[in-house]
Amino acid sequence: MTMQTSSKPYASVPDAQGRFGVYGGRFVAETLMSALDELETLYRRLAADPEFQRELDRDLAHYVGRPSPLYEAERWSDRIGGARIWLKREDLNHTGAHKVNNTVGQALLAKHMGKRRVIAETGAGQHGVATATIAARLGLECHVFMGEEDVRRQALNVYRMKLLGATVVPVTSGSRTLKDAMNEAMRDWVTNVDDTFYIIGTVAGPHPYPMLVRDFQCVIGREARAQSLELTGRLPDALVACVGGGSNAIGLFHPFLEDEGVAMYGVEAGGHGVATGEHAAPLTAGTPGVLHGNRTYLMQDEDGQILHTHSVSAGLDYPGVGPEHAWLKDVGRVNYVTVNDDEALRAFHDLTRTEGIMPALESSHALAWAGQLAARMSPEQNIVVNLSGRGDKDIHTVASIDGIDF
Amino acid sequence: MSRIAGRFAQLATEGRRALIPYIVAGDPSRTATVPLMHALVSAGADIIELGVPFSDPMSEGPVIQQAHERALAHHTRLRDVLAMVAEFRQQDNDTPVLLMGYANPVEHMGYAAFADAAAEAGVDAALTVDLPPEEVADLNRELRRVAMDNIFLVAPTTPEARIRAIVEQASGFIYYVALKGVTGAGHLDVDDVAEHLAHIRAHTELPLAVGFGIKDADSAARIGQLANGVVVGSALVTHLAAAVADVDAEGQEAALLDAASGLMGSIRRGLDSIAS
Repeated sequence: MTMQTSSKPYASVPDAQGRFGVYGGRFVAETLMSALDELETLYRRLAADPEFQRELDRDLAHYVGRPSPLYEAERWSDRIGGARIWLKREDLNHTGAHKVNNTVGQALLAKHMGKRRVIAETGAGQHGVATATIAARLGLECHVFMGEEDVRRQALNVYRMKLLGATVVPVTSGSRTLKDAMNEAMRDWVTNVDDTFYIIGTVAGPHPYPMLVRDFQCVIGREARAQSLELTGRLPDALVACVGGGSNAIGLFHPFLEDEGVAMYGVEAGGHGVATGEHAAPLTAGTPGVLHGNRTYLMQDEDGQILHTHSVSAGLDYPGVGPEHAWLKDVGRVNYVTVNDDEALRAFHDLTRTEGIMPALESSHALAWAGQLAARMSPEQNIVVNLSGRGDKDIHTVASIDGIDF
Repeated sequence: MSRIAGRFAQLATEGRRALIPYIVAGDPSRTATVPLMHALVSAGADIIELGVPFSDPMSEGPVIQQAHERALAHHTRLRDVLAMVAEFRQQDNDTPVLLMGYANPVEHMGYAAFADAAAEAGVDAALTVDLPPEEVADLNRELRRVAMDNIFLVAPTTPEARIRAIVEQASGFIYYVALKGVTGAGHLDVDDVAEHLAHIRAHTELPLAVGFGIKDADSAARIGQLANGVVVGSALVTHLAAAVADVDAEGQEAALLDAASGLMGSIRRGLDSIAS
C-alpha cells in the first residue's frame, strides 16, 4: 500500500487512478469517462495555478466569510468538566454550513469549463442550498436532486433553493433519500454531459471528485490548525467531526494527518443503534463494495444490494462513505465511532442551552461524541469539533420529536 | 469458438443481424424468466441479454429501474439469476446468454467465484455497466480463465484513443451506446450512429451491436443497416409490463409470452427486411 513507500503517506493519495489504497477509483459507465478525464486535467492545472487560487481565496474571504472562528465553548466545557472543547464555526459561513467551501470551488471549475448548467444531489439540503446560491451568483441554471423523503423533512431548505432560482427535483425511486438523489443526478449528468457540470457535495463519487472536494474543504483544517496554535499555543489533542459522505471531516482532519499527537474521531450516524440495523454507519458496520463511482465501505446485504439507512439527520442518511475515510479506517489513522439519534438530539439541546449556538443535527453527532470524549480527558487538553452547520433547518424535525406541531 | 462468436459468424454467413432482447431477471416474477427467455428465442432472438437486478441501477431510465425494483421485491439475487440460466440451458444449449448488471453484486460474490458459477451455469458473457476499462481488468482476467467474454461499452463521448484501448481488451462483440443518457431515453440519430460505428470499425473486426433508442421494427431496421446487431431493452420491458398490468396471476405467463413473441417477431421481420 502507498503508505509504506512514502514518508508523507497521507499526501500521496489518491494515486493516478484515484485510489486511496484499494478504495476510490472511477466506477462509472463509459459515457462519463471522458468528462471525468477532462475534469481531472482541468482541476490539476488550476490547482497549480496561483491566479485560480487567488480567485478562490477571494470568494472564500468575501463571499463565504472566511476564516470561520475557532470558538471555545467555555460554559459547555465547564459543565462537562473535562477537556476544553473548541468549535470550528462552519455554521457561520454564508448559507450556514461547510458545504459552500466546496461549491464555490467547483462552481469556479464549471465557469472555467464554460458550462451553463450545474446539478447537485442533496440530503439535508445544505449542499443543494450552497449550490443554488453559487449558481444564482454566477447566473447558472441549477437543478438539485433530492429524495422525496428529504424534501418532506427539509421543507425550509427546499424553499430556500426555490427562492434562489433552482429547480428542486424530488426523487421517488429506491429509498427516496440521498443515495437515490445521487443516482438521479448521475442519470441527469450522463444525459446532459455536454453542457452540465455535476457539483458533487461530498468526498465520494468517481475520481477526481473525492480528491477535489477534499482539497476545497481542507481550508477548514488549515485554519483550525493555525487558530489552535495561535489560541492555545499548540495543536489540539483530538479532532471530532461527523461523517456521512465525510467532507467536513476530511476537511478538518486532512491538514492534521501528519501530526501524530492529534487523535481523530469520525462520528457516524448510529440511528436507532448499530445493533438494530437501523443506522447509517458503513465504516462501523459495513463492508467494502462499489457504489456511486467508487469502492468504499457500504451498508449492503449478503447479495451486494445496498441497504436502506436510518438517521434522524438527513445529511448523514447515506449507505456509503468517502473512499479516503475507508482508507484512513484501514490504516488506523482515524477512529470511526457512532452516536445514536437520541444522543445527538441531547447534544443539540445541550449546546443550544449552554452556548446559544444551535447546531445542525449532523454536527450534533460530532458534539455528542466530543462531550463523551471530553469527560474522559483533562482540562489541560483541547478538542476541536467541527460545527459543520447550523441547526435552523432542523427545527421542524426537533419540534416534531418533542411533540410540537407548528 | 465461443457461443457469441459462433452466433455472429453464423449470422454473417446468412447476411442477417443479431437481435438481442434485454429483460430483467425476476421481472415480473422469478418463475417467468426462463419461459420468457425461450419465448424470445422462438420469436427470433439471437442472444439473450439478462439484466441482474441491483438496488441502485445508475444508468437505467425509469422503465428499467422499475423492473429492477420489481425483481428485487421478490428477492431475485445474483445466484438466482445464475440458476435461471442453468435452467434455460437444459433446453437451449445454443443461444448465447449475456448478463448485464452492476459491479457490486459481482464484487460481493467475488470475481473468481462469479466467473466459475457463471460459466458453470452456461453464461457466455458479462457486461458490467460501472466497470469501465480502467476498472475491469481483474474481472476480465477471471472471465477469460473460464472462456467468457467481457462485453465493453463504447459511447458517443468515447474519444479515439479510448476506443483503441477498449477494442484491445474486448472479445465477443462491442456494445455501442447510441445515446448520451440512460436507457429508454431520447431520440435516435441514425447519421450520428453511422459516424461513430465507422470510427469503431476502423479499429476492430469484432461485431458491433447498438443499444439505447431501438424500440420497434423500423428503428431496428435503420440501425441494422449499420451494425451487426441491435439490442432492444426499454421498449421490450415497457411492452411486457403493460401486457401483464391488468392480468390476474393465472393469465400472467401466457400474456407475457404472447407480448414477447409479438414485439420480437415484429422486430425480427424488420431486421430481416434488410438482410442481404
